[in-house]
Amino acid sequence: MRAITKKNLLILVTILLTFGIVQTLLTVGIINSFYEITIATICINIILAVSLNLVTGFTGQFSLGHAGFMSIGAYVCAIVNLQMNSTVGFLVGTFAGALVAALVGILVGIPTLRLRGDYLAIATLGMAEIIRVVFLNMEITNGAAGLNGIPRFTNWLWLFVFTAGTIILINNFIKSSHGRACISIREDEIAAESMGINTTKYKVMAFAIGAFFAGIAGALYSSYFFFVKPDLFGFLKSIDILVIVVLGGMGSLTGSVIAAVVLAVISTFLQSFTAVRMIVYAALLVLIMIFRPQGIMGTREITDLLKFIPRKKDDRIE
Amino acid sequence: MKKTLILLLVMIMVIGSFTACGGKKDAGNGGDAATEVKIGINYELTGAVATYGEASVDGILMAFDEINAAGGINGMKIVPVKVDNKSDAAEATALATRLMTQEGVVASLGPATSGNFMATIPVAMSSKVPVISASATADEGVTVDAKGNVNDYVFRLCFNDSFQGVTMANFAANNLSAKTAVIIQDNSSDYAKGLAKNFKETFTAAGGTIVAEEGYVAKDKDFNAILTSIKGKQFDVIFLPGYYQEAGLIIKQARDLGIAQPVLGADGFDSPVLLELAGAAALNDVYFSNHYSSLDQDPMVQDFIAAFKEKYGSDPNAFHALGYDLGKYIADAISRAGSTDPTAIKDALASTKDFAGVTGTFSMGQDHNPIKSIVVIGLENGVQTTSVKVDPK
Repeated sequence: MRAITKKNLLILVTILLTFGIVQTLLTVGIINSFYEITIATICINIILAVSLNLVTGFTGQFSLGHAGFMSIGAYVCAIVNLQMNSTVGFLVGTFAGALVAALVGILVGIPTLRLRGDYLAIATLGMAEIIRVVFLNMEITNGAAGLNGIPRFTNWLWLFVFTAGTIILINNFIKSSHGRACISIREDEIAAESMGINTTKYKVMAFAIGAFFAGIAGALYSSYFFFVKPDLFGFLKSIDILVIVVLGGMGSLTGSVIAAVVLAVISTFLQSFTAVRMIVYAALLVLIMIFRPQGIMGTREITDLLKFIPRKKDDRIE
Repeated sequence: MKKTLILLLVMIMVIGSFTACGGKKDAGNGGDAATEVKIGINYELTGAVATYGEASVDGILMAFDEINAAGGINGMKIVPVKVDNKSDAAEATALATRLMTQEGVVASLGPATSGNFMATIPVAMSSKVPVISASATADEGVTVDAKGNVNDYVFRLCFNDSFQGVTMANFAANNLSAKTAVIIQDNSSDYAKGLAKNFKETFTAAGGTIVAEEGYVAKDKDFNAILTSIKGKQFDVIFLPGYYQEAGLIIKQARDLGIAQPVLGADGFDSPVLLELAGAAALNDVYFSNHYSSLDQDPMVQDFIAAFKEKYGSDPNAFHALGYDLGKYIADAISRAGSTDPTAIKDALASTKDFAGVTGTFSMGQDHNPIKSIVVIGLENGVQTTSVKVDPK
């Protein structure tokens, strides 16, 4: 027990330090409002990548529909926020958006998660397209023009709370018996089933949790960028998220966090080079994939690398 | 499984990078405050609507070059700060923030499309730096917010969609003596829906009847089902709000089926691609509203066309013309403001009277929409042969 306490203490200190340092830099003005946008993008991408990693990396279910869940969160939060222009409204909208996304995740997951591999990818892709077309034709979402003038409540505090919260909750889920069941499905679905694991139940569970946090990310997005429209959540957005997960390592939360940061920094850095930016960005991805096909972190976590922290042998399933 | 996935992702990224067309090298930055004035250019240089962004920027830079060659604004050289928002709304917000808080621009031009332009409005309002678009035609949410208040720092240089819909309905009723019409609209585009709504209202108010309303979705290729169903009906004109990609195919397929009635559209038709898709033989009796016509014999327009051809080696389209006017308009406002204070520039922009541009002479209205004329262009064998100027009422 003592080892775990020490580890948790270290995590807590790291979390508070990260928050404190960035908060100080913001207050002093070293991080100006332009870099603040990069930070917002990073945090939103971390939430998206970590939640997709739970589905694709840990449970082994290849989903191409994450942007669909994100759009649900974004729209619900935007609609609630436009009615209730207050921090309470923002929080209500965020959780409402996340819950609706999770609900849709369950509804879609029950039939589609019986499919595997490529078939599941196509089914989730279709689902995201359906969500997008529904938003395109609904009156309350203002069709193709989208909703604009959404009040901004997302700030560094909320971004940090939700990002850290997502990582901690998903990490705890993975380490729980439910999480182990999910990992066993990834490793060998037939073996897991023969051991008495209800595979569909755990797949739907992982899918719903992934959708829930994608909804939160969407809500933060709409409240930060003032504006949502269906085009923003197309197929390519899902691919962007998947790129982060694959790049960071499927099955590594630390990897997703690192990849989200690295990609956002590269993208910001290349902003001034209009002509070459997409080529350089793509070339970097190709190079990383050639030299590290398992992703930056593989399936390891940062805690596996910090050898000085004593830990129990069965702390993780590799 | 994992290998195929990785290969797939890599291929998508590579293809993505090739289809996104490249922009040109950024102009210089930095410089002396007293002799230079920085103007932001936040446009779609890559991504889905890069053709609009590129054309607008070519026009703007041409205007800036002319002004700088003639000694600048009150002796100050214009320094454009050009950035690429990748046709992405979030990126447009980020870049607007960067231009206004980091680069210290006195005003920002663009983006070209309504959605991306709207994404920059909250930044402009909170940084108190004017943003102007030459081509954001959406009716709602641009210069006036949802509560009906004018967005102080937001301006546009083009008429809005409802004006185009109204103009084309009047054109159908008065110039073509049409009594009945069919509407075929792009259901995935707000632009097309807005146009269709206004056309319908004006056309029925003028005593006309809408016989049928059909819809399609952007990127559709085969329209024979829609066209066959309207072929059996009696009507005088087809109103086709949408963009050139689908409009070209619809016109071609309609003419192939023997539907010979006039086709009316809006500024979304303005692209050489329309001719490539439809073919010259099909483009007869096609009329669309536009910001300017190259047939306009006004010496200013003809001078612009000649100068543009000399600089870029091709004919300018409406986006080039709008970009050019935008560059001249902001320079005019800075010169009249007599200062580089964004608030003073905003006031000068708002009080513009009888500004003579290539796309028509206009005054800025109370709601920051210009009061300007519209041109209805007629095509015969794919060539622009007629142009009718309609003044605002």
